[in-house]
Amino acid sequence: MNAGDVLETRTFTVTRADLVAYADASGDHNPIHQDEDVARSVGLPGVIAHGMYTLALVGRAVAEWTGGAEVVDLGAKFTSPVVVPAEGGAEVVVGGTVKSVADGLVTLALEVTCEGQKVLGMPKAVVREATVRA
Amino acid sequence: MPVDPSLVGRAFPAPAPLSVTPERVSAFAAAVGHPAGPGEPGDVVPPTFPIVLAFDAMQAFLDAERIDLHRIVHGEQRFAYARPLAVGDELSATLTVTGLRQIGGADIIATASEITDATGAVVCTGKATLVHSAGSEAGA
Repeated sequence: MNAGDVLETRTFTVTRADLVAYADASGDHNPIHQDEDVARSVGLPGVIAHGMYTLALVGRAVAEWTGGAEVVDLGAKFTSPVVVPAEGGAEVVVGGTVKSVADGLVTLALEVTCEGQKVLGMPKAVVREATVRA
Repeated sequence: MPVDPSLVGRAFPAPAPLSVTPERVSAFAAAVGHPAGPGEPGDVVPPTFPIVLAFDAMQAFLDAERIDLHRIVHGEQRFAYARPLAVGDELSATLTVTGLRQIGGADIIATASEITDATGAVVCTGKATLVHSAGSEAGA
């Protein structure tokens, strides 16, 4: 990987069933990720994906781009909710470029959107260069 | 009810260690579609997996402060990893409240989590903000 490389954009569909599976696997059973009425009662537009679900999709894209390289840093602000409809799903689009390769680390610049709107603020992923298989 | 400002600096351990088993890892990886490695199913631990333990520590904090989970939205999460997570790890976590401020009727709670293995070595550290909307009691 070299600075400036554009990585193949990944599109992931998130369904309500995915959120149920994620709640079970992660232990986060916050009802705002399952129940429309509870979500609306706290001012959300509807059932939203766990922020960590969206961040996990970033981790997935990074793993696919780098052949499962060792992740050193991963994080983001959850600036806009991913609203998941009861039917069908929400499409989360993860775009990336290689921002820098220095000191044995590859830093990726990311853009993560849903319905054309950015859902993550200052997303960051750094992997160890020696472990990249791409 | 706003969150008690004297919370800043207090630490909340997760109630129990977490065993990183192939079953747990494969359920988590399947839920988010994380790609499998060449080895056995459940070999590849997704990087966001430590949230399982960080969440336990957060829940301990919410329980202690009688904060309803459904009034919490995750504002930010960052992890820095000292080493890759591995199946067989026995992880413990402690969450510390590092800051608290109010914006427009919401509490912005800043936290730091330290996740250690059975030897006590730090495996990863997490930084998170939790947004607590006090809301109107009638709404819920």
